[in-house]
Amino acid sequence: MAGDWLIAQHKDFERVVEGKLDCTEPLFAEMEARHLIAADPNHSTLAPLLSQYRTRKSYLEHGPALHIFVVSLRCHHTCAYCQVSRQPVGNTIFDMSEATAAHAVERLFEWPAPTLTVEFQGGEPLLHFVRVRTLVEAIEQRNRSEGRTLRFVIASTLHDLTDEQLAFMRDHQFELSTSLDGPEWLHNANRPRPERDSYQRTIEGIERGRKALGEDAVSALTTLTRRSLEAPHEIIDEYRKLGFHSISLRPLSPYGFARKTEVRNGYPMADFLQFYEVALDHLLAINREGYFMEETYGRMLLSQLLTPFSHGYVDLRSPTGAGLGAVVYDYDGRVYPSDEARMLASMGDHAFALGRVDESVSAWLDSPAMQRVLAAGVAEALPTCADCAYVPLCGADPIDHYARQGDTIGHRPTSDFCRKQMGLFDLLLQRWEQGSATDQRILEDWALRATRRGIAREAEAA
Amino acid sequence: MNKLDAKVQLDGWAQPTLLKVATLPEFASGLFPLERMVLDLRDPKVRTAFPTFSRLPWAGFVVNDPEQAPAGRPWVAIPPETLNAQPGDVIEVVPETSKAALRYRRGANNNILFATERCNSFCLMCSQPPRDIADDWRISQICALAELIDKNEPSLTITGGEPTLLGSGLNRIIEHCANALPHTQLHVLSNGRNFGGGMLASSFTGLHPALMWGIPLYGHHYGLHDYVVQSKGAFAETMRGLYALEAAKQRIEIRVVLIKPVVEHLPALVRFLYRNLPFVEHVALMGTEPTGFARAHHDELWIDPADMSAVLADSVDYLTKRDMRVSLYNLPLCTLPRSLWPYARRSISDWKQHYLPACESCAVRERCGGLFAWVTPEWTSRALKPVLEGEEQCASH
Repeated sequence: MAGDWLIAQHKDFERVVEGKLDCTEPLFAEMEARHLIAADPNHSTLAPLLSQYRTRKSYLEHGPALHIFVVSLRCHHTCAYCQVSRQPVGNTIFDMSEATAAHAVERLFEWPAPTLTVEFQGGEPLLHFVRVRTLVEAIEQRNRSEGRTLRFVIASTLHDLTDEQLAFMRDHQFELSTSLDGPEWLHNANRPRPERDSYQRTIEGIERGRKALGEDAVSALTTLTRRSLEAPHEIIDEYRKLGFHSISLRPLSPYGFARKTEVRNGYPMADFLQFYEVALDHLLAINREGYFMEETYGRMLLSQLLTPFSHGYVDLRSPTGAGLGAVVYDYDGRVYPSDEARMLASMGDHAFALGRVDESVSAWLDSPAMQRVLAAGVAEALPTCADCAYVPLCGADPIDHYARQGDTIGHRPTSDFCRKQMGLFDLLLQRWEQGSATDQRILEDWALRATRRGIAREAEAA
Repeated sequence: MNKLDAKVQLDGWAQPTLLKVATLPEFASGLFPLERMVLDLRDPKVRTAFPTFSRLPWAGFVVNDPEQAPAGRPWVAIPPETLNAQPGDVIEVVPETSKAALRYRRGANNNILFATERCNSFCLMCSQPPRDIADDWRISQICALAELIDKNEPSLTITGGEPTLLGSGLNRIIEHCANALPHTQLHVLSNGRNFGGGMLASSFTGLHPALMWGIPLYGHHYGLHDYVVQSKGAFAETMRGLYALEAAKQRIEIRVVLIKPVVEHLPALVRFLYRNLPFVEHVALMGTEPTGFARAHHDELWIDPADMSAVLADSVDYLTKRDMRVSLYNLPLCTLPRSLWPYARRSISDWKQHYLPACESCAVRERCGGLFAWVTPEWTSRALKPVLEGEEQCASH
């Protein structure tokens, strides 16, 4: 119930379900110790289960820690998979105004979280860097009396980074998150610029970012198109070549331009899972050679399997992380409970707009949009999820289900979200259970690294 | 092994009295009332200053033989061969039985405050078999003792029996220690069972600046734990107690005695600790003290440390990787794989610490905790042998 588990023979499992497992068998004690069955209220206690539950759900304690500021929708790329409906470079009406920014800073500090991650997104936030700068200055100014722990992240292509921008980011200890889809041919095919030099510019940006902010300050995400699925080894080897120890393999999301180009770029979830299996085995091989490299989504799922702790990832929580773990302040002053909600809005569907930055946080939480998210936001209470073995380790994503299936509650048997989760949990457990001692240690290292004390838990955006 | 009490000659004492043994530094410190100190006339330097000094209102005098005692004043004769009472120590003189006992020893590695002989568990390997007697008088005795302990004493252990059976008396003791010895770490050894219900745990919140509870857990399942402590329902009570202590912001150490049935399930136990009690500050894996009930249960309890190597190494590795601090107590270095030596502590109280003749030539004797003084051949590991010069550097196992 709180995420402990045991792999058993199917015939033993059947005996458990049929009530035929004898209480003197070692398996009985083992299952009691893992809180999978409870038998004798005079000798046992539910106290550990309650404690585990509190620990695993502790992401609920302080309210949203991830705050996404969309400073501009402008972008110089024309990616077919763009999820946010970017706008041409010259179109400054898609920039966040000064007044909107001032309100957003006020709202940011209405939230109670002791640690605030402020993530700048776009479009391409570098195209409106003056807003990044004024926001950071205003937030730090205000924080002198607030005393929160601040963390700044910028999600950027890193193209055309100026020395001045880098110096500013260094002074404010920014982390850079960029997109790198793999080797040059793949990256340029996925992420076209008129000059056809996206890959080259990204590599330069990574190098310059590392030099200015430190090796660990730059991370990269891979968005997987149908083309990418053919190249798991090449993508991973590219990351290794560039000295990355972490890779994020993300399937396409059904938002923005990605929705329009689905036929060309899209693929069934089964193809992603097949890709992921090959990728995982290649990563294990690389780690066996002594080069540490983890996949961030797998690491997060493993941390749920192999540790009792909570996680910082907002897209896999129950109750949902939408509005409870993250908030998005859009360029036009509208506020959303997640990046996916603002992507839907940029496609014209404002179903999940919580309100505007000049309204109070409590008004957002009272909004019909938030009520709608919450009503479908507890995985333990959703049809099919309620009976799933993985539910204590999984999450509810009402907005994703709405986007894919037109309904916040959704239909699990045909849900891509569910297919992905089940497929990945199955795969990771299989590799864990059947893997060599070395492979087990590698997977364990990923999981433990995610939850080590002393290492700041990461608030990970999608 | 040093004796902790002895028959002595004494005179002038009306009742059992706790006394700090004083020489010039204890006098000069001004930290203890003269009326609660005995001047140590065995010290030649003290005897030189004697005429002026003896007129002060000391409680009495420690002498080598009765002739040394000033006329008409209380005295106790503790020649070196009777008891190793040193300046700074606290002794108790008991006139009815003509005994003197050491209650606190300056510089000892493990001074204890003995809370009660009563216990609600009946552990198979108990080194201090409980007696159901009314001994609440110990509360005020411990408070009085605390006042005479050196202010720079690094740590004290409150043990029993089960200290929580003193009820609010335990709070009084801990609060008294916080006032008298604010810089001394206090370690309370309890089975944790009484914390499960009511408000007991929260009554300790903020009571002491450096308090840690040492709570034993012997299995990942009530079947095993309840068998070891010979009490049905104890596991559930202790688990509830541990969470109550955590909620009361108390620091917790888990203590595991390495008897055979526990060692056989140790991997499951350490997994259980990580999954269910990741907030504990320290895990102590402890060799058995072969005294008390343990002696009667040798066959059920004994497992040679040499046969635990693999499971100990795995368990220590498992906990360490997960940031759970772990130590090994009461296990001689020669019985442990070299990789575990950094986790081994010299945990046996110095007064009951013992080495075998074979240990004389050992290169790591100084780093080794040795054995309990009451060790017998049947409680001695077959792996016991001197570690030779040079061998201490390489992996010898």
